[in-house]
Amino acid sequence: MASTDTATGTNAGAERIAAAFANKAGRAALMPYLMGGFPDVETSRAIGLAYADGGADLVELGVPYSDPLADGPVIHEAGTKALAAGATVDDVLDICGTLAERLPVVLMCYANLVLARGVDTFVGTAVDAGASGLIVPDLPLEEAPEILAACDAAGLALVPLVAPTTPDERLRAIGTRARGFLYTVSVAGTTGERAGSRESFAPILERARAATSVPVALGFGIATPDAAAAAADAGADGVIVGSRLVREAAEAADPPAAVRAVVTDLAAALRT
Amino acid sequence: MTTTPEAAVEHRYGPYGGQYVPETLMPALAELETAWVAARADAGYREELNVLLRDYVGRPSPLYLAERLSEAAGREVWLKREDLNHTGSHKINNALGQALLAKRMGKGRIIAETGAGQHGVASATACALLDLECIVYMGAEDIRRQRPNVQRMELLGATVVSVESGARTLKEAVSEAIRDWVTNVATTHYIIGSAVGPAPYPAIVRELQRVIGDEARVQILERRGRLPDRVLACVGGGSNAIGTFAGFYGDPAVKLVGIEAAGEGIETGRHGAPLTVGGQAGVLHGALSALLQSPEGQILEAHSVSAGLDYPGSGPEHAWLRDEGRATYVAVGDTDALAAFREVSRLEGIIPALETAHAFHHILHGDGGGSEIDLLCLSGRGDKDLAEVLARG
Ligand SMILES: Cc1ncc(COP(=O)(O)O)c(C=O)c1O
Repeated sequence: MASTDTATGTNAGAERIAAAFANKAGRAALMPYLMGGFPDVETSRAIGLAYADGGADLVELGVPYSDPLADGPVIHEAGTKALAAGATVDDVLDICGTLAERLPVVLMCYANLVLARGVDTFVGTAVDAGASGLIVPDLPLEEAPEILAACDAAGLALVPLVAPTTPDERLRAIGTRARGFLYTVSVAGTTGERAGSRESFAPILERARAATSVPVALGFGIATPDAAAAAADAGADGVIVGSRLVREAAEAADPPAAVRAVVTDLAAALRT
Repeated sequence: MTTTPEAAVEHRYGPYGGQYVPETLMPALAELETAWVAARADAGYREELNVLLRDYVGRPSPLYLAERLSEAAGREVWLKREDLNHTGSHKINNALGQALLAKRMGKGRIIAETGAGQHGVASATACALLDLECIVYMGAEDIRRQRPNVQRMELLGATVVSVESGARTLKEAVSEAIRDWVTNVATTHYIIGSAVGPAPYPAIVRELQRVIGDEARVQILERRGRLPDRVLACVGGGSNAIGTFAGFYGDPAVKLVGIEAAGEGIETGRHGAPLTVGGQAGVLHGALSALLQSPEGQILEAHSVSAGLDYPGSGPEHAWLRDEGRATYVAVGDTDALAAFREVSRLEGIIPALETAHAFHHILHGDGGGSEIDLLCLSGRGDKDLAEVLARG
């Protein structure tokens, strides 16, 4: 298959992601997370477009899943509600198609949804829907070869995660197989808004950068313009904001307008 | 399928198993595997565990020829009395072994999930004994239907955390325990309660539970002078079954039969019988195995009157034993299990766990398959189920 250990320029999805990082508006690319189908399919489509309007450089589009082990309560509940409202994988891919006209879309999708559809079929439909990348939060290096090969062959960047607990040698092995960018988890834990731990951003990012040639994005726990700016100052090429925005979508009377305001503030913090 | 003490721990059983977990946990799984391989080769660890199993748990558990039951079934039925263990089920074998392992690893905080509450009680017991902090995740629905076990856990010093998501049963409790582990992995060991989860857990749990099968094999040869025709056990995640079966892997003439929960009936879709039903394998709680899922790959809720069998997944080794034809799996529904619960109580003066009652129904009323000697793992006692059973009339 087309799988190689070189990390850059292997496919069309990776190239579109690389361009988004290269042409980012601020000091770091802003990548907000969206739960597809939450609170309903059309509102979540509007939320994604509001992210683009607010100044997002890329968007991470979550596919709702029954058992999201890497997610904290806010995203877990949003996924549960999206499923209860009837959201399907195809609904989310349809949203992907809309958003991909505006900015690169990276799908966040648990392994079983990929396996259930069949790896090649899933990857093919994601590419057809305009996705540039795929994050599978429960697919460590050891389980990744089949999906990585399919993604490489189809032109979808398989974005791996590294954690603070990942040892250096393992980090390098993951870093060399990273496509698009390296998703660097800022804390041991699930997704969710967190206050502290900014001092650790710089060493975590430094370690990740030493292990890969693709851009390094920091995520999990980043919720405020301040924290986003701190991540950029600490050397992040990209900043991922998830639970803060999903919470906004859950609580606001007018979710698209509300998330747009939050994204605008985040983008502004990365520009100054 | 058997491993020598020096061999690495298997990660796959045919296509099943693996480690589908967030990256944060991968180093912890590697650390656990290294610690386990060292511990099981260490005479000191084995001695410490064996002494506790003997003096504290009461092993070896008796093998009992249930004569009135045999008469009703039309064949000899031997019961491996795990219900007589301290804490009342087989779960203590695994919980003690893993708690000792955690202590060796220097992890002072233990988390566990529980469905019927038996694994929670076993973990809380082991933690009290070894002076470890213990947090048990339990679905709100299971807290309701297994109340006495919640009270026992709290008395033993454990903190029981109610899990409110999804169907509020075992699947969600495992998920919450895994999320806790992702967050507190540096200080915490997760004592998983069945032969499920990412490698190396299914292998560790089987090795700690195979004391059931190993003892039973020696006992039946001593008492009866021959091996049983069938070895049976109920299957939730599959720990008592895999531990019992493992003792007979080397005896191809011995049929291995696992009994799952048919809940309200296989045809209703409301059951806990992924191995019996078949269908596409999928990933749940870190392993690829037989499970209940929608065509899209969303995990479905299981249904069973018995909290310990109310789980949509199954241990990966069972899926492989099934595919290989080494073991067969059948399912027994709620109504039949409830009837067998009462029947066995009257016949033998033994109130079995509702989980095991499923297997008793199969022995009493299912296809005997030409067997003359059955050996059943009586995985636990039924005190915990009294309120639930009596409430159902
Ligand atoms: C008495 C008893 N038997 C069986 C089970 C099912 O678990 P497993 O399949 O892991 O043995 C349980 C689980 O709670 C139990 O308490």
